[in-house]
Amino acid sequence: MSQPINNSAQTTLIRGARMAGGETSDILSANGVIVAVGADAAAQTGEQAEVVEADGLIALPGFVDLHTHLREPGREDAETIATGSAAAAAGGFTAVLAMANTSPVTDTAEAAERIAELGQRAGLVEVIPVGAVTAGLAGEQLAELGLMASSRARVRVFSDDGKCVHDSRVMRRALEYVKAFDGVISQHAQDPNLASKSSCCHEGELSGRLGLPGWPSIAEESIVARDVMLARHTGSRVHIAHVSTAGSVEVLRWAKAQGINVTAEVTPHHLMLTTDLLAAYDPVFKVNPPLRPAEDVEALRTALADGTIDAVATDHAPHVRHDKEHAFIDAAFGMLGLETALPVVCTAMVESGMMGWERVAKVMSIAPARIARLATQGRPLVPGAPANLTLVDPHRERVIDRSSSLSLSRNNPWHDRSLTGTVELTMLQGRITARQGNVLGSAYE
Amino acid sequence: MKHLLSIADLSRDEIGEIMDTAISMHDVQRRQVKKLPTLRGRTIINFFFEDSTRTRSSFEIAGKWMSADTINLTGKGTSVSKGESLRDTVKTVDAMGVDMMIVRHMASGAPAQIAQWTNCSIVNAGDGMHEHPSQALLDAYTLRSKLGDLDGKHIAIVGDLTHSRVLRSNLLCLRALGANVTLVAPPTLMPSGIGSWAATDSFEVSYDLDAVLPHVDAVMMLRVQRERMSGGYFPTAREYAVRYGLTARRLALMPRHAVITHPGPMNRGLEISADAADDAQSLVLDQVSAGVAVRMSILFHLLSGEGSSA
Repeated sequence: MSQPINNSAQTTLIRGARMAGGETSDILSANGVIVAVGADAAAQTGEQAEVVEADGLIALPGFVDLHTHLREPGREDAETIATGSAAAAAGGFTAVLAMANTSPVTDTAEAAERIAELGQRAGLVEVIPVGAVTAGLAGEQLAELGLMASSRARVRVFSDDGKCVHDSRVMRRALEYVKAFDGVISQHAQDPNLASKSSCCHEGELSGRLGLPGWPSIAEESIVARDVMLARHTGSRVHIAHVSTAGSVEVLRWAKAQGINVTAEVTPHHLMLTTDLLAAYDPVFKVNPPLRPAEDVEALRTALADGTIDAVATDHAPHVRHDKEHAFIDAAFGMLGLETALPVVCTAMVESGMMGWERVAKVMSIAPARIARLATQGRPLVPGAPANLTLVDPHRERVIDRSSSLSLSRNNPWHDRSLTGTVELTMLQGRITARQGNVLGSAYE
Repeated sequence: MKHLLSIADLSRDEIGEIMDTAISMHDVQRRQVKKLPTLRGRTIINFFFEDSTRTRSSFEIAGKWMSADTINLTGKGTSVSKGESLRDTVKTVDAMGVDMMIVRHMASGAPAQIAQWTNCSIVNAGDGMHEHPSQALLDAYTLRSKLGDLDGKHIAIVGDLTHSRVLRSNLLCLRALGANVTLVAPPTLMPSGIGSWAATDSFEVSYDLDAVLPHVDAVMMLRVQRERMSGGYFPTAREYAVRYGLTARRLALMPRHAVITHPGPMNRGLEISADAADDAQSLVLDQVSAGVAVRMSILFHLLSGEGSSA
């Protein structure tokens, strides 16, 4: 469902942007497509064109988020497809995959089509539904994976996210089944026998001291290890959602070396925030999988830089205030992520010298688009490609203020932190959807 | 000192002051007329989200003997199940203008969170698996009254340590007072990360109770819940009692001066035998008696100390 969006007929010249590879260039888009890049771009520009001065900005393909919770249907008080789309556009995204754990669950073709349609109506990012692996996320019977795949929503990513597909037989069948339509299972790796629903703090000295139920690394790693072997056995594609431990990284590195068809994502928060933030029992830092110690953060950064981890995905998880104002173990899991993803990646990975902008383009756009089999996203900025792009100021510092978010929710763990790197402009199919954190476009009210 | 949330918030001197004041409170307790006027006009809410008999009644008696108006509230079940956030629940009570909330909650950290949301003094009366500071203070008081200064004394803490808030507060309190501490439990009942924790806070860890007992000045037995067996923490009650219970045979391994404590309620026949519980060296009832005096002292230091306001 990627029909052109209204007023994409406009012509825009982006002048003097630095491309991911380092060269400075002009980019001309018309009718939703990049028509010229480089010296001929300005020459081909007509008088009607809007000109964007991009001096000092970096042009990247529009970001693709493999892991977003938009909360609609069911919890429209926390987020809607429209408000989540706005936050995504402001964060530089041109496509988001909407997780299936809504109410009702996205486990039918009809439910999937409805989400895609609401996304199109909002018109700020492509909203692609993720289908549930099992009916009702119950972990028992496969959902109608094939019907979701052949629906107008063209579902390719399936996940019970929030819950692990822990039954080995169900996971094996799901992996085999989606081969018929080149689907992928995105696994929330959490053995429920090793980390229960109440597990809310990385298991270690701090969980011992705080008296919080531990969420041991092994609960993730044992599932990752099993699933890469299942992927090898079935010859299917498996994707590991929100990898959080050094041990999972080791398994993934080994699996990729064997040629196993596995991909993985890491969240921005796992690239920077550590478990010691839980010491004051502030539920804003409660997330699943939990924040880990610094050694894990270091391993995740290395893995993202060296290609062991393929993509950054936000796990944007909005919650209303009162769902976070319970005792720590009773509060909801999750944190906002769409608007802060680029600044975190820039600060953690680029400023630290671990990654260049070409790699940022890869992990935030090209790889996730390929994993989700999105034809019109994650394309290099060359003539003929859809005009989905993001302009980034790599040096601008900003103190994050939770009250300025376009999300309906305020569970922002980055509040009051200074991050480097800002999204200056987002363009979806030739139309500017956001500028400096503000959304443009009539679809958003 | 406005709140008592964790023993970690107290200096060694402050712990000493609370124990010293408790001595005079203990004298009051032995009088026929026990009422002190100290907290007249002050309002204390015992806010118990989890059942408790001894801690609640101990705090209630302490408040009444100091002439505070004490009111008991129970908040059975989580606020989640009632559809009200914990913040709303406690702000409602705080808005009535109370001076102190004494909070027992099944969730670790709840009193610390409540202290962020309210204006009154908060006393942690036990939060999940986290801490039980007043228990640790009364245990230290009881031990000091029998053993003298605890600096350099050796105390073994034995039982279900991973789930115990009494362990966590006692560990902090005893280390702050200079005691040497050895934790004894099967590996499955040790708190997570115990290795690095022991290294940081300088205490010992052992799986062998027989090897530890000959060297102790006190042994602190903690409750083991029978339901832990279903979680696979240990095979049977029988095996636990044989390997870690304080039996008559083990009593004989202890030095003659060594004392026994237990915060209660005791599982006789599991972690402690009747011989040990009723032994002359057992301080179980002294602990209960000290509980009221120490809690009076806590109320005194929080509500009549400098910086508090009516």
